[in-house]
Amino acid sequence: MLNAPWIIPLLPLAAFAVNGLFGRRNPRWTGWVSTAAVVGSFAATVALWIASAGADQDESLLYRWVASGGFTIDIAFLTDALTIVMLLVVTGVSALVSLYAVGYMDHDANKPRFFTWIPLFVFSMIMLVISDNLLQLFVFWEMVGLCSYLLIGYWYDRDSANAAATKAFLVNRIGDFGFAIGIILAFLEFGTLRYREIFAGLGSADAGMVTAIACLLFVGAMGKSAQFPLHVWLPDAMEGPTPVSALIHAATMVTAGVYLVVRMNPLYTQAPEALLLVAAVGAFTAVLAATIALVQTDIKRVLAYSTVSQLGLMFLAAGAGAYTVAIFHLATHAFFKALLFLGSGSVIHALNDEQDMRRMGGLRRKLPVTYATFILGGLALAAVFPLAGFWSKDEVLAHVFLKAAADPGGALTADHGAGVFWLFYATGLTVSVLTAFYTFRMIVKTFHGAPRDAALHEHAHESPWVMTVPLIVLAAGAALSGAVLGIPPEHGVIHGYLEHAAGVLHLEGAGAAPTLILAVVSTVAALTGLLLALGAYGRGLPIPQRARALAPGAETLFRQKWYLDHLGDGFMVALTKAAAMLSWGFDAGVVDGIVNGVGKLSRFAGGQAGRIQTGQAQNYALLMVVGLVLTVGGLVLFR
Amino acid sequence: MTTGETALDFPYLSLALWLPLLVGLPVIVLARSRGAIALGALAASLVQAAIAILVTVRFDHNASGYQFVEAAEWIPALGISYKLGVDGVSILMVLLTGVLGPLVVGAAWLTIHKREREFFAALVVLQTAMLGVFVTLDFILFYVFWEMALIPMYLMIGVWGHERRIYATVKFFLYTFAGSVLMLVAILAIRLTTGTFDIEAIPAEMAGAPLVLQRWVFAAFFLAFAIKVPMFPFHTWLPDAHVEAPTAGSMVLAGVLLKMGAYGFLRFLLPMTPAAVDETRGLLVALSLAAIIYGALVALVQPDLKKLVAYSSVSHMGFVTLGIFTASQTGMDGAIIQMLSHGVISPALFFAVGVVYERAHTRRIDDLGGLAPRMPLYAAIFGFFMLASLGLPLLSGFVGEFLVLVGAFGYDTAVGVLAALGVILAAAYMLWMYQRVVLGRLRNQSLAAIPDANRLEIATFAGLGVLVVWVGIFPDTFVRLLGTATAGLAGQP
Repeated sequence: MLNAPWIIPLLPLAAFAVNGLFGRRNPRWTGWVSTAAVVGSFAATVALWIASAGADQDESLLYRWVASGGFTIDIAFLTDALTIVMLLVVTGVSALVSLYAVGYMDHDANKPRFFTWIPLFVFSMIMLVISDNLLQLFVFWEMVGLCSYLLIGYWYDRDSANAAATKAFLVNRIGDFGFAIGIILAFLEFGTLRYREIFAGLGSADAGMVTAIACLLFVGAMGKSAQFPLHVWLPDAMEGPTPVSALIHAATMVTAGVYLVVRMNPLYTQAPEALLLVAAVGAFTAVLAATIALVQTDIKRVLAYSTVSQLGLMFLAAGAGAYTVAIFHLATHAFFKALLFLGSGSVIHALNDEQDMRRMGGLRRKLPVTYATFILGGLALAAVFPLAGFWSKDEVLAHVFLKAAADPGGALTADHGAGVFWLFYATGLTVSVLTAFYTFRMIVKTFHGAPRDAALHEHAHESPWVMTVPLIVLAAGAALSGAVLGIPPEHGVIHGYLEHAAGVLHLEGAGAAPTLILAVVSTVAALTGLLLALGAYGRGLPIPQRARALAPGAETLFRQKWYLDHLGDGFMVALTKAAAMLSWGFDAGVVDGIVNGVGKLSRFAGGQAGRIQTGQAQNYALLMVVGLVLTVGGLVLFR
Repeated sequence: MTTGETALDFPYLSLALWLPLLVGLPVIVLARSRGAIALGALAASLVQAAIAILVTVRFDHNASGYQFVEAAEWIPALGISYKLGVDGVSILMVLLTGVLGPLVVGAAWLTIHKREREFFAALVVLQTAMLGVFVTLDFILFYVFWEMALIPMYLMIGVWGHERRIYATVKFFLYTFAGSVLMLVAILAIRLTTGTFDIEAIPAEMAGAPLVLQRWVFAAFFLAFAIKVPMFPFHTWLPDAHVEAPTAGSMVLAGVLLKMGAYGFLRFLLPMTPAAVDETRGLLVALSLAAIIYGALVALVQPDLKKLVAYSSVSHMGFVTLGIFTASQTGMDGAIIQMLSHGVISPALFFAVGVVYERAHTRRIDDLGGLAPRMPLYAAIFGFFMLASLGLPLLSGFVGEFLVLVGAFGYDTAVGVLAALGVILAAAYMLWMYQRVVLGRLRNQSLAAIPDANRLEIATFAGLGVLVVWVGIFPDTFVRLLGTATAGLAGQP
């Protein structure tokens, strides 16, 4: 009973139903209903985790969804180590964010709606990671996308929120277009969509098809996890309430793409070209988003681009074959990024919904708890020793380095593209510098210096306990989770635990000394960025001016987000609309024109043939019969 | 298993056809008040719905062939009989026709405000005619029901329609009547070849028929059914008919009448002219793809809400024909599920348009906007069906389209990819429409006091929503009913 997995999704589903049906009558309780259900889910997950210790995996069938000519899909639960890690992250962060939202959404008149969609999201996310097959995963993949849509557009009287919600859904649909094709091709190739059976069929599968499937599944991951060029929806998604940004658009839903690649790792291992694509897209996205984060003025947008960048690093790790490390970074990132978002929410809450850092400054004395926890989150994000991000990001970079450095002909380069991993490693180091820089730029601009808006500063106040307690818990996670899970490097708790998971590859490290050197290198990179930011924004050193002189035009490029939004919102949308207008014109002018033309022609012919029209019914009947006889006769004669 | 083994003594199908007329028509004709007329129609449709549900529940999904068969001589001199029965191809259409009936009566009660007696009488006759189309196993009887369904719909648009109703009616009538005449010719040609009107017996008899004859029969059938579905490029009557039809008329038209065309493909075209279908398969698939993508593109830029929904119907019915003509069992299961799903979702969308039209007297997207704060329940309900229409998983639209896609990829990868594009476009036109109509700020100050959906409206939506959710979450309840029939059509043992 205690380790029954069905209770984990059932509780949030029940909360969804209760709040959806009765929430409008009792708005005050909705937040607590949601929080209680998700905390219950977390407890059940912990129970499952303890009960399943040592067990390899457990599968249980819920019901047959559909069976149609060989296409058979069950709704079923698979609980292995990978699922349990994901469940712990999802339910844990969700519980804290739901609690936080009780405070954050307290004054919102429509909060029953908010606390209806939050448990629906948690339910869908649980069903996504607990699935034992690709179709069930896809179903709930789209359901979490729906919740994202509903919550981005939560304030539906704002045009910008509605546009952002629609954009998020549509960009994800483009990703899911690829994903769905991948799933169907997988079914046609393997005759099944269950993970285990797919992996079992890999040996006899067509290599080209496996690569195609792996690439197409990754297209889905690019949409959900906001990777170039499908990353454009995530920054706009910040239109949603901040707890949503923390939960869905940082800690959980957007990591589903990483989960997908790791879950399907035996498939990817068989498809080195696809892995290379994963690594390349991840590396490029990481640096692209980090550069854009440098110049943002909205505190949430800095964090949004940072999330895109960090997700890129997770894909880089997965692409290097270090699947465990990707999940490790996913877990630590969930802690510190949720913390930073909730911290930014605490700031925004204190400043009457002001998100522009140019109107902040000097808040550290007004918001001591928020400040202290935010610093911890920032250090973790910047990957400063010994906080969480250090352990996981260092391993990401170490594995990229190992992949690059592996001897030709060695086990690591049996696949392709080892050379390009040097480039990826350099990219990763650059991202480390940039990450530390934008993080501390944000911290200094928000909390240090003189207040730039006296009126706002005057009314600022620390948040209530329901909001600060989650901050403190997450701060503990951001500080310690890396060390707890990841010491010693390569052989920490998470590595050992995930070895139980289906086929997760464990890359052998290169020994202590090189690992130490690599750790020192990445720490130097992080400290460089950190000190540059402190110098530039804390001490007023002319570093940004120097940088501008050094690379003129770069700032404009970053501010314009590399012009990628223009490509999507502008070009693609305009193209589709043009095609649509053209089709409509064709339909009205040509297709319907011909129909009406035929009508007119027959009226004209009818006028000419009017002499036959005697008005006598028997004559018409005679004509009809003659016509029929002629036609049928013709048919019979021509047989 | 042959016909008759599963036949039950009890004439369920005859009762479903004629009892509603017996119950409903006298009440409608004699009733003194609007309410009594509507109650008569409601009673008739409830009787039909109850029998349809009963038949579906008692349908044996393991048996092959027709069930609930009734056969009697009708005009022996001409070999015309009164023969009824259902199989996997028709069972869900019977269910759909039955379940939709009371809900359309509800919608008519809310939206028809003149000559109610005639309207409800036409509706009851139409219900019987449509059900008859799906349950007859005699070709002449089929033709009678087919034509019988055309006339009430013609009247509904012509009498209760909007400004350009005469144009739309004439177009609708001529177009579909042209198809009907061609179909009659094909039926007579089949009779001359096989010597029978028995739909059950014809496929085997036609197997030996010369290819030339098959081709002619195919051409006539194809046109008749393609117009009805409607397939691209025979679709232009549909937007006009929908825009001019009253809400309840649009609901029946989109819900059931279009399915008669797809049903014709499955029941007649595939089994009776298989060689001709094989020859033209490429074209049939191409036309289906054109409907999916082209219909969605045109829907994207419609300024009229009802036209948008009408063009979305063209796109969604494209999935139905794609599933039928790619001819795998999975694709055909998907096509039939899509027929059921579209048969519920599109009436709901037309009803949603009607609810706003009743209050705002406009269907122009630009005149609306910002309804959500004033009509929160309506916004939620419309949103639900909007999401169902764009194929959100766990709702019915996803199941049919996904199965059709599986079938399409099995047929040809490029075909599958192109069809899948339609799913992106569906999200685009639906979400964009919803954003402009329901979300955002109030643009039209005359709508400031617009009332939310009332109880009867909510009940009607709820009736439609039950099927949407059921099919979405437990599709196997319905898919399992199709297996023996679609396996046969797909040429699998």
